[in-house]
Amino acid sequence: MFAVFIQVIKRELITAFRRKSDILNPLWFFIIVITLFPLGIGPEPNLLLRIAPGVIWVAALLSALLSMERLFRDDFLDGSLEQLMLTETPLGVIVSAKVVAHWLLTGLPILFVSPLLAVFLSLDANTFMATFITLLLGTPVLSFVGAIGVALTVGLRKGGVLLSLLILPLFIPVLIFATSAIDAASFGVSYSGPVAILGAMLVASVTLSPFAIAASLRVSLS
Amino acid sequence: MQFDSFSAFLAMGGYGFYVWLAVAFSVLTLGALTVSTIVKRRQIINEIKNKHQRIQRMRAAEKMENTL
Amino acid sequence: MWKWLHPYAKPEKSYNLAGKMLPWFALFSAISLTIGMIWGFAFAPADYQQGDSFRIIYLHVPAASLSMGAYLSMAIAAFIGLVWQLKMADMAVAAIAPIGAVFTAIALFTGAVWGKPMWGAWWVWDARLTSELILLFLYLGVIAIYGAFSDKLLAGRAAGILALVGVINLPIIHYSVEWWNTLHQKATISKFDKPSMDTDMLWPLLINLLGFGLLFGTLTLMRFRNELITRESHRPWVKKLFIEDK
Repeated sequence: MFAVFIQVIKRELITAFRRKSDILNPLWFFIIVITLFPLGIGPEPNLLLRIAPGVIWVAALLSALLSMERLFRDDFLDGSLEQLMLTETPLGVIVSAKVVAHWLLTGLPILFVSPLLAVFLSLDANTFMATFITLLLGTPVLSFVGAIGVALTVGLRKGGVLLSLLILPLFIPVLIFATSAIDAASFGVSYSGPVAILGAMLVASVTLSPFAIAASLRVSLS
Repeated sequence: MQFDSFSAFLAMGGYGFYVWLAVAFSVLTLGALTVSTIVKRRQIINEIKNKHQRIQRMRAAEKMENTL
Repeated sequence: MWKWLHPYAKPEKSYNLAGKMLPWFALFSAISLTIGMIWGFAFAPADYQQGDSFRIIYLHVPAASLSMGAYLSMAIAAFIGLVWQLKMADMAVAAIAPIGAVFTAIALFTGAVWGKPMWGAWWVWDARLTSELILLFLYLGVIAIYGAFSDKLLAGRAAGILALVGVINLPIIHYSVEWWNTLHQKATISKFDKPSMDTDMLWPLLINLLGFGLLFGTLTLMRFRNELITRESHRPWVKKLFIEDK
């Protein structure tokens, strides 16, 4: 079962690297959005520090929304999703692998790019650390929970618009706790509380969402 | 009765605008929901009847064709 | 032990049961709401601090409680539909969603209208208001996903899954006033303590709560019956109900 898990991840990564734009576009969008805010609001460092948590996380959310579609869409269109569902490996394991691969392709690049943000938004070291930790814990939650919405809408024609309506309410708690942690860090206060809750969300979504994703896929592909 | 007159009731101690705005919104939305539910029921029933009549007409037309 | 429930797995029996319950729910909700509203708006004493604007409570609290109660009922129905594969349970999910959305909207609107004279702001982004707004979005999502599938059997299952995923929001709303420092006041009625509200004001509130609850029941029964005859319109029992034999 673990072998299948690794195999699916490998397959996802290989097919993704054939279409590099799929990975680079959401990442570029993330960087652009964050760049536009200082340009639009003014470069004063204190102001930027105040809005930084919200801007980073809203940009991460929107970028996640942009990249979610590709999770199941291509496989659905060429029939390989059905084939994956027919294997003897539990569907939960397969979708977990797909989501992990998705995070490696979208969340991980955001983490790598985050030091750049620190510079753009004049974050100090403590705030940047908090930002990095919340992104590290939060972006997988976005991938896992977002996958539920994608699985529900993969078979629909106008799925894209509906997708944002479905998953944004589920993303909002992540946004609230992540920004609260970064805010606390910028004031020099301990931020372990919100980080702990983000950790709990991560554990909950990793363990529970594969069931929901599998059930949703079965509905969409019946 | 807590109010001396009907106009005092409408004024709600100065908060009349807010109180009656809240009442209006609640009544309107609940009313719209109720009305739409009742209207939907009638539409469904009409559709069932129409569909049945259409099938009857089709069957009658088929019978005519077979006898001609 | 549950054998008495089994006949109601047949759509016809459930339709008839709902039809029998409907007039009673409608009657008692009308009575409770009339008594409750007149008592609350005309006879209950004005609040010491808030004056007569506090009367909005008789709309706001029942709507808010039921917005959560409706979601819970929807989630339970979704769970039953998922585990026991009952399509009528999924029909209940579709029936409840719009009603819950309306109640949530009323809670948010009346809350805002009450907040303006009291707190000075139409809206604040505190925990309870934010999570109630998220609840509205969740309801809209359930309604949207049900409408997006043309095969209503699949639509019901998809809506059920979404409803279950969103149920985590309910404890967040309910406990938000305890977990965070919020502007919104804490609970006045709890299971173990004496209520912190004066009985002259509490009784009409409870009657309104009952009235809104019965109203929720009435509307759910109506929409459930609609859903039932729509989905089962090709069955003989439906045809027998509405088409007179020559």
